[in-house]
Amino acid sequence: MFSLEHITNSIQQWLYSTFSPTMALILECAIVMLLVIGLFATLGLVLVLMERKVAARMQIRLGPNRVGPKGILQTTADTLKLMMKEGLTPNGADKFLFNLAPFIVMIAAMLILAPIAFAKGFQIWDINIGVLYVSAVSSVSVIGILMAGWASNNKYSLLGAMRSGAQIVSYELSAGLSIISIVVLSGSLQISEIVASQQTGWWLFRGHIPAIISFVIFIIAVTAETNRAPFDLAEAESELTAGFHTEYSGMKFALLFLAEYINIFIVCAIGATLFLGGWMPLHIGNWEGFNHTMDYVPSSVWFMGKTFFLIFLIMWFRWTFPRLRIDQLLSLEWKYLLPISMFNLLLITLIAIMGWHF
Amino acid sequence: MAFLKEYISDVYRAVASLLKGMKTTGSYFIRPKEIITQQYPDNRAQMKLPERFRGEVVMAHDDNNEHACTGCTACELACPNATIKIVTKFDTTPEGKKKKALDTFVYHLELCTMCNLCVEACPTSAIKMAQTFEHSVYDRNQLLKKLNKPGSKIRAGVE
Repeated sequence: MFSLEHITNSIQQWLYSTFSPTMALILECAIVMLLVIGLFATLGLVLVLMERKVAARMQIRLGPNRVGPKGILQTTADTLKLMMKEGLTPNGADKFLFNLAPFIVMIAAMLILAPIAFAKGFQIWDINIGVLYVSAVSSVSVIGILMAGWASNNKYSLLGAMRSGAQIVSYELSAGLSIISIVVLSGSLQISEIVASQQTGWWLFRGHIPAIISFVIFIIAVTAETNRAPFDLAEAESELTAGFHTEYSGMKFALLFLAEYINIFIVCAIGATLFLGGWMPLHIGNWEGFNHTMDYVPSSVWFMGKTFFLIFLIMWFRWTFPRLRIDQLLSLEWKYLLPISMFNLLLITLIAIMGWHF
Repeated sequence: MAFLKEYISDVYRAVASLLKGMKTTGSYFIRPKEIITQQYPDNRAQMKLPERFRGEVVMAHDDNNEHACTGCTACELACPNATIKIVTKFDTTPEGKKKKALDTFVYHLELCTMCNLCVEACPTSAIKMAQTFEHSVYDRNQLLKKLNKPGSKIRAGVE
């Protein structure tokens, strides 16, 4: 059976038998780096194309259909164009911060990738505080966005960055509370243990209605955290031209744009890990035959399928819902999501203590 | 308690209306046959234009090269941006009377906004809107059109 675990194990054994341990570790780091960069490039191309196709289908259009068969080379052509464009730095900008900001946003996105389990035994770094690490590092990207907005020396950029800051700071609360509700249920912060605790069923189904509520709150909060419509106030093309990346062009713009899509992938991957069981196949109670059939599907396929389902859900939101104003955005968080998720956490704790979950 | 009830019903109605919206877009997503995009240069032969589409003003001529324009200049007066210029002449009827008639119907396509006011103003329905829209040319003089065909005359009985 196809398994990424065997491949990584055999590569590791070969490296350690051929080189000295230090050299092997450095080589492993290099391989991981290459894989991450490759994953980012592919994800950027695939997700932008997927977004455009999904948007077109929901608006009864065709979408890109001229470059390559069915338009699948459209994003590749766009990327080539962006690479060849001039990366302009405005005269009035703070040049050091302006050029640094896209890389900070990108590096923050890369760091969150570390504890995510892509398949069974295919994980960069299985730390025992995985979930805490994810929620801590994901707030670093707001520094990059604020930096980009401030350094641009442009009122649109500054407004967009400030809004983005307010938005991420508020919505991190309810995202964190819904993550904690799963930590309460599984009793661990380690990603691999959270996945293992869903052996008999995903938390979304095992935690009764409170788990479903916290899943919905998680999806809403991460949509806001990634600055996507209906919470795209940081960009707000109708008011702020492009928000914090108004002044960016060429490859630096591409990095900010890519980071947006990478962040969507990451938050959906975390959502899939916490609520939908990560790489764990769909198991239903005592149906032995059904469970064995599901085990034949490779774990990487399960993980990617769940993640892309959540990405599709977030794209569905974007092309359906009207945008919120900044005051509506904040009152949604502080008056609705936060009280509901606090009460919900209480219920989940009760369920976990009494052992009422399946 | 009344506050709590209102709060819960607020949340319920918000979720219900959002789900309604998602149902609409989701149903379009799973039904690609509903796509209304026409791939224009490829489907020129079987392109479907809506009935109300307005491309340019034309004057209808019948088989005897006769039109229904009396030269009353109602369309010229109705036009908001001086797209139409009517040049009239005087015909002599068999009884020896002089009668006003159309000499040239000058139509500036480059000025026209396709507002349809001239067609509505015409008392004899002599002009109408055609659905042709490929009007691009290299010289703007080619957009200055004479709508009545050479040698045409007014149809008998149209006053």
